Amino acid sequence: MTATSLRISSGSGDPQRSTRTPPVGAERLLLGLPQSGEPVGLIQHLDQWGTLPLWRKSSFIDELDGSGLRGHGGGWFPVGVKWRSVRRAALRRPVVVANGAEGEPASAKDRLLVRQLPHLVLDGAVLAASSVGATEVIVYVPSSSVAGMKRAAEERLRRGLDPCGIDVVAAPDRFLAGQESAVVNTINGQPSARPSFVTLRTVRERGVNGRPTLVQNVESLAHVSLIARFGADWFRRVGTERSPGTALLTVTGRWPEPRIVEVPLGVRLGDILGLGPDATRSIAGVLLGGYGGGWVATDEAMAQPLTEEAARDVGSSIGAGVVALLPHDVCPLLEVSRVARYLEGEGAGQCGPCVNGLGVLADALELLATQPGRLRNGISAIPKLCGLVEGRGACRHPDGVARFVRTALRVFENHTSLHLQRGPCHSTAPPFLPLPPARRRSTR
Amino acid sequence: MRQPHYALVVNPVVCDGSGVCAELLPEYVRLDPWGYPIFQAGEIAPHLVEHARRAVRSCPRLALTLVKLDTSVARQ
Repeated sequence: MTATSLRISSGSGDPQRSTRTPPVGAERLLLGLPQSGEPVGLIQHLDQWGTLPLWRKSSFIDELDGSGLRGHGGGWFPVGVKWRSVRRAALRRPVVVANGAEGEPASAKDRLLVRQLPHLVLDGAVLAASSVGATEVIVYVPSSSVAGMKRAAEERLRRGLDPCGIDVVAAPDRFLAGQESAVVNTINGQPSARPSFVTLRTVRERGVNGRPTLVQNVESLAHVSLIARFGADWFRRVGTERSPGTALLTVTGRWPEPRIVEVPLGVRLGDILGLGPDATRSIAGVLLGGYGGGWVATDEAMAQPLTEEAARDVGSSIGAGVVALLPHDVCPLLEVSRVARYLEGEGAGQCGPCVNGLGVLADALELLATQPGRLRNGISAIPKLCGLVEGRGACRHPDGVARFVRTALRVFENHTSLHLQRGPCHSTAPPFLPLPPARRRSTR
Repeated sequence: MRQPHYALVVNPVVCDGSGVCAELLPEYVRLDPWGYPIFQAGEIAPHLVEHARRAVRSCPRLALTLVKLDTSVARQ
């Protein structure tokens, strides 16, 4: 095989599996991650994982179906189904976008992947391109990772490793930067981080430059690169039937600093974190899935298996793998109010119900946190406002805010009653949930 | 043979809350506190479909689309 030969053959026959030994434990993507924080270069990467085996287009998508891999960007949509839909839609040559935007302030795992393991991501993206018939990969990452990603792409180009071109585009530093249609709009040169109304036409049909577009999260692509090497059966050795494999989590509030861990899906959160039922003594509530996810009562969160299905059953989502443990010494309502104000400012400013509703909602939450006596009709206005924004935006931003707020009212019901009866608490603890520094509001 | 079923979809990016749709089709459209339309859940009653078409044509922002809910039946 020459260095420039296509990664995916059109002939028949079984793919050559990797000659490397597959990882046995829960550590897969992060196996061999340099503690120094340095990126893994191409030579080191190939030394650890070997070259990508040859796969036929359709048989690799079949293998993905068999692996049961679901999207780790937050949607948990079956990856094989998504790739096949892009292939089918393709009257024009599709484009593949590796989405590493990670606008969620409480998540850091995609940043880790693009910064330190760029070739694991690029392997998956190149394989996606070959599988859906694309000749162009666009890597969409925060501006701080653009130079590193370009270096990684050049290393591959020098070796003639890939049958497709790799471009790198900077993602704006916005909450909605990673939203699928916003990704496409930014790449197409439109104002940053504005989603489109995709109910009637998705980016899979018409995306980058009007071409069918596959937007796939970088962690999903990293898993793809290992499935290509070790197969679906290996992938399923950990995890559950419906949620196989491992996931990267960003955990805040368990250790002095936020930490990124790789865990098998389906394991109880309490076991992952080393916390039992008495966790309720130190933790007031658990936020799963970040600011578009939802709050879960501590005892319930610790006992439930970590899968998207289980999280949805309790009205939350594990989203992009955010777990935040809220300590008792901060006021949860103040935290919720701060985040709601931030999310209002992060709206794209396009849809009437979201533009108007999120502001009024943030006002009401601020009153509840700081001057509950001034809330007319108690808190009943808050769920009503959630109802007025849900399902009424071009994207799911207002739905995510509503879920964040509704679940908070449920989990912190006792605390809410205390505010209404006795007034705000006077906590002196510093703010807990991570938010980026306040941005000067553009007048647009 | 069943009649095709229809519903209205609004593109919220384009809609600027003129309220024309609620004017023309009050049985199916109400307005939120800021003047943006909220549609009744489910299909438009058959006798209102013509009014819905008029609302689609009359929207100053062309933000409305009438969609068939049951294409397999409607194709006949």
